[in-house]
Amino acid sequence: MIRRCLAFLLAAGLGLAAARPVAAVEVTISCGALGQELELCRDGAEAWARQSGHSVKIVSVPNSASERLALYQMMLAGAAPQIDVYQIDVVWPGILGHHFIDLKPFSRGAEARHFPAIIANNTVDGRLIAMPLYTDAGVLFYRRDLLEKHGRAVPSTWEALTETAAAIQQAERAAAPPGSQPLWGYVFQGRAYEGLTVNALEWVAGSGGGTILDAQAHVTIDNDRARAALARAGGWIGRIAPEGVLTYTEEEARGLFQSGNAVFMRNWPYAWALAEGEDSPVRGKVGIAPLPREPGDAPTGVLGGWNLGVSRYSRHPAEAAALVMYLTDTAEQKRRAVVAAYNPTLPALYEDPEVLKANPFFRTLFPTFSGAVARPSLAAGSKYNRVSNAFWTRVHGVLAGRQQADPALEGLAQDLRRIGRRGW
Amino acid sequence: MEARPVESGLVRARIRAAWIFLAPTLVVLLAVAGWPLARTIWFSLTDAELGRLSEARFIGFANYLERYEGEWLGVLADPLWWDAVWRTLWFALVSVGLEAVLGMVVALALNARFPMRGLVRAVVLIPWAIPTIVSARIWSWMLNDQFGVINHALMGLGLIDAPVAWMANADTALWAVVIVDVWKTTPFMALLILAALQMLPTDCYEAARVDGIHPVRVFFRVTLPLIRPALTVALIFRALDALRVFDLIYVLTANSAGTMSMSVYARQLLVEFQDVGQGSAASTLLFLVIALLTLSVVLLGRLKLDGEAAR
Amino acid sequence: MIRLARHLGFALLLLAIGAFALFPFYHALVTSFRSGSFLFVPAMLPEALDPRNYELVFTQQDFGRTILNSVLVAATVTGVSLVLAVGAAYALGRVRFRGRYALLLTILGVSMFPQIAVLSGMFELIRALGLYDTLPGLMLANLMLTLPFTIWVLTTFMRELPKELEEAAYADGASALTVVTRVLLPLLWPALAPTALLAFIVSWNEFLFALTFTLSEETRTVPVAIALLSGGSRQELPWGLVMAASTVVTIPIVALVVAFQRKIVSGLTAGAVKG
Repeated sequence: MIRRCLAFLLAAGLGLAAARPVAAVEVTISCGALGQELELCRDGAEAWARQSGHSVKIVSVPNSASERLALYQMMLAGAAPQIDVYQIDVVWPGILGHHFIDLKPFSRGAEARHFPAIIANNTVDGRLIAMPLYTDAGVLFYRRDLLEKHGRAVPSTWEALTETAAAIQQAERAAAPPGSQPLWGYVFQGRAYEGLTVNALEWVAGSGGGTILDAQAHVTIDNDRARAALARAGGWIGRIAPEGVLTYTEEEARGLFQSGNAVFMRNWPYAWALAEGEDSPVRGKVGIAPLPREPGDAPTGVLGGWNLGVSRYSRHPAEAAALVMYLTDTAEQKRRAVVAAYNPTLPALYEDPEVLKANPFFRTLFPTFSGAVARPSLAAGSKYNRVSNAFWTRVHGVLAGRQQADPALEGLAQDLRRIGRRGW
Repeated sequence: MEARPVESGLVRARIRAAWIFLAPTLVVLLAVAGWPLARTIWFSLTDAELGRLSEARFIGFANYLERYEGEWLGVLADPLWWDAVWRTLWFALVSVGLEAVLGMVVALALNARFPMRGLVRAVVLIPWAIPTIVSARIWSWMLNDQFGVINHALMGLGLIDAPVAWMANADTALWAVVIVDVWKTTPFMALLILAALQMLPTDCYEAARVDGIHPVRVFFRVTLPLIRPALTVALIFRALDALRVFDLIYVLTANSAGTMSMSVYARQLLVEFQDVGQGSAASTLLFLVIALLTLSVVLLGRLKLDGEAAR
Repeated sequence: MIRLARHLGFALLLLAIGAFALFPFYHALVTSFRSGSFLFVPAMLPEALDPRNYELVFTQQDFGRTILNSVLVAATVTGVSLVLAVGAAYALGRVRFRGRYALLLTILGVSMFPQIAVLSGMFELIRALGLYDTLPGLMLANLMLTLPFTIWVLTTFMRELPKELEEAAYADGASALTVVTRVLLPLLWPALAPTALLAFIVSWNEFLFALTFTLSEETRTVPVAIALLSGGSRQELPWGLVMAASTVVTIPIVALVVAFQRKIVSGLTAGAVKG
């Protein structure tokens, strides 16, 4: 009872405090699960609230991206006005785009300062439906100590990675005392999920095999380079990568790498701070580099990251858009980069001394972030998940040895044409 | 002859009372379940998409089966669907079978008198009490090939000499799912059987004991027939759950096509592919498969749902 | 000697059952005291009893409130289900009328659709009733999961009760309501208690409805709260945290079982119920 009274008093107090300007409204923003992501968001949103005189309410959504998408779809399909600002994954614009307002009238040209690739990714039918909050790109983690010990360079092609990983794995295992945990050459995300699409696209795109669909949604995956890349990856399982990699997501791969049992790992930059954490067995032994690619190609990785969009069903679109602009602007992105190593989407911040001091590897990885390859989510539109699923299913089949690369890609091309039979 | 009108009046009064007792339940079920179920069946006949439900158009049975450029398409023509159907049936049969046997053993054990019985009963119920999304993750961590405690223990015991990637192979993964399901739902079965055991009359047993009949014989001749109605209900509901298995498989093996159940298949269409039309078709088919199975079990087994008829 | 062997065998059986049931929970308990890189090393015992995860569970969100919400929803759903089901079970189990067979199967049919398929329809329904993001909305949805099961179980047990007491009560001029509440209900306790427990747990563990039909912290339930937990940074799985939260929420259930235990046993005193 007392508790309820307190809540009422508190609510009344908040109401009074927020009632200062003429039409103060409450904007609800959904930004991630609990923990650090939420705190960063809350700090930023509350700063905006103080500045603008409006108030913000923050709601949490599940940690898992697929559950988050399902929940968003339900709310948006039901035109629910409860959430004004949605935090959306970089592959969702094509799926959810029509539920969001065009932010161009509110941006005052701010989008020109962000990475063009992300802005293009967030533009659906000429409407800017979300502003980039932070970006992500796949990178290669390696054990500096092991590479030095065996006199090896950081591999810059997938061929070189395969060879280096096998050589170090073999030498280290021969020297290891019996009964110790075996060292593996390479770990990545091989579970049948979106992460495998990302990984496999990096092998394929990094071998000059395109991005499954081209910009006009023509199926391009069934080509020689893609076949070679996939066949190479199929040869990793059981040789340089444990069979269990077929069930790994980011965290399982990090677990293996961080406990000192892998030479190379493909992961997102978040793993850096953890691998270099105080309790990490590989602290001080980890290097980070762009993913392998064709000789002469610019560094690449698949584009990840999250964006903020305003729901069409919002009751306060102008205020919500203002909040989005505030959170995605330079000051906020810099704060997030310094405090929590979130990769900014503004190229200018990659030269900012404070940002670089907090994240030294940002400088070396800038080309990766700026040139990251987008998944074919815009070309596939609302069918992206189906395309991605068809792709990872075939790739998983090749990795598990159920199918050879050639028939797999042939079959995939057929699957994709069938998926797109009524247009994309 | 004299009592007849009185009796039928009484019967009529009781039937009226029965409908009054039933009414609130029927209203609630109709309200809660009627609309969503009817809607699912309707959407299975349309081209609805999750983001654009209001624009759904009627397209007949194309979601189930359609001819397109010389090929059969639709759920019924999808080999993945049929794989999922057979796999789910296998899973339901194996896991519910194991649960019934284990549940019976556990229930018989807990029905005996021994010290700290209350605590042991509580302990046995713990697996059922942990939310599935959590217990599935506990197990997936325990089954992890590199830092899972199960491989660690098996290697410690010398049963395997290299870590096994349980979830990487569809066969071991399915068995792992079965084991986790058995672990999780045996308490459900055991508790219901226990309830039935507790309601058994004690005099039969006294008589059997006095006559010196072997306990195993008593079990098959007396106990089993007496608890059969409760066992049947427990089996039916467990089977319905097993046939709709979703979160265990989803968390343990993700979307791997090799371990997909009917519900995982339907969810993929409904949520991930946003194809509400085809997803609803798959859900409706799932319903039909289960309904047919239930009906055939009920009819073939001549289960005495209608208790009075047997008396 | 044979007696001793039998007792020993029985003790071993209980031990095996307990170990199989408890080991994963024990593992969760061990994990809940660990964090960071230690999680990637298999262990049977924690390195140290570090309570940090437990602190975080309660400071990251209002976890006490969350547990209270779950208890409230599960208790209400269980109560309503039982009240409705006892009435329905009397009608379906002890009165002969045309169509009850079909009715029983129809009720069962509700349990034949995958939950995911009814989700969006239920979402519309709950929004139409204005119950979105409220606990009553969630309770209503959960009824769909518990009602068919409770009705069926209670109908089965109701049918097994002896006829004589009921007839005697009717002969004394008792109403149907009196017969159900005064005569049949007391006999039904041994079945009622476990049914209630199972229904309670079904509602307690329900995730999909809770995730979709509630949004704010004030209406959050336990499984959703656990799904919302996240690690220090993106992609990092808050493993120790999830295990700590799971351990915390299992305690009320164990307490409940121990409490219900008395009811289960007291049902025994009803003695030989079947004539």
